[in-house]
Amino acid sequence: MATHAATGGNGEPQGATHFVSPRLYVTIFLILMVLTAVTVGAAFLDLGPFNTVVALLIACSKMTLVVLYFMHVRYSSRLTWAVIGSGFFWLALLLGLTLSDYLTRGTGWLRYG
Amino acid sequence: MAAAHDIHHPYLQHHFNDLEQQFEASALGMWVFLVTEILFFGGLFTAYMVYRMQYAQAFAEASGHLDIVLGGVNTGVLIGSSLTMAMAVWAAQQGRRRAQVTYLLATIGLGAAFLGIKVVEYSHKFEDGLIPGANFRFDGLDPIHAQLFYSLYFVMTGLHALHMIVGIGIMAVLTWMAWRGRFTSGYHTPVEVSGLYWHFVDIVWIFLFPLLYLIDRHGPGTMH
Repeated sequence: MATHAATGGNGEPQGATHFVSPRLYVTIFLILMVLTAVTVGAAFLDLGPFNTVVALLIACSKMTLVVLYFMHVRYSSRLTWAVIGSGFFWLALLLGLTLSDYLTRGTGWLRYG
Repeated sequence: MAAAHDIHHPYLQHHFNDLEQQFEASALGMWVFLVTEILFFGGLFTAYMVYRMQYAQAFAEASGHLDIVLGGVNTGVLIGSSLTMAMAVWAAQQGRRRAQVTYLLATIGLGAAFLGIKVVEYSHKFEDGLIPGANFRFDGLDPIHAQLFYSLYFVMTGLHALHMIVGIGIMAVLTWMAWRGRFTSGYHTPVEVSGLYWHFVDIVWIFLFPLLYLIDRHGPGTMH
């Protein structure tokens, strides 16, 4: 194994796994905790329709940090990126096409307030 | 067979070229599963989105009865468990057996704490008559659709909790394997791949918390 470890690059053991330092993990954890506090705080401000937008933006930022660092995707192969991208693509289709239906049904279906 | 094992790493299966390719295949397999999970939860999020748009006021009122403090603490607990999970993978990469076992046990502990807090929340909802069904009681203007909110709440958080229970089971097996010294700095694929699952479950909660607990907190009809 020593020879494997010494070759680096393609010969590295566990290939896609890079050695993310505990320091970086703790930093990501602290950022995630701060973002959680921010999203709770923002919920008590009246931002109108932007309450949802802000909450989703913060949730997406938190997800991105978890995926890139805790899940090591930042250091993963393009094939892994393609598979993950396909997941989000199908999710976008699911949400987007559903919305394109319900949001265009006229005033009768959606009753705000 | 024996000769082949002598030249190759003992954990390298013969149908892979090297450990890197073997690891890549395992991680990719987990990601393919997680993509199906994205769409599984995605269907529920879609249902929630559609009904929340249609019954905005009822959903806002119903959401106002969720406990932000317990939900917020649980978010912190779960993010903490993702940190200990990431550290367990790190300890495995470093070949530190004791640290690995400690971090895995911490992950199990935090996961159990999350579920414990969820039990407290569920029992409050039970006492308040917010369990959908014949005995559902709600003082707002639109109890029928508040009930719809609570149906989605229990299905979404319930399925999330089920994923947590499965995750804790996986962590228990990993802890046992780590204790037995099954993982080395050269081979720890099960820890890494199970970590992906654990972090995914964390991400689901990262979306459930604001969408169920927070976004209607200051909308129309939420003031009591």
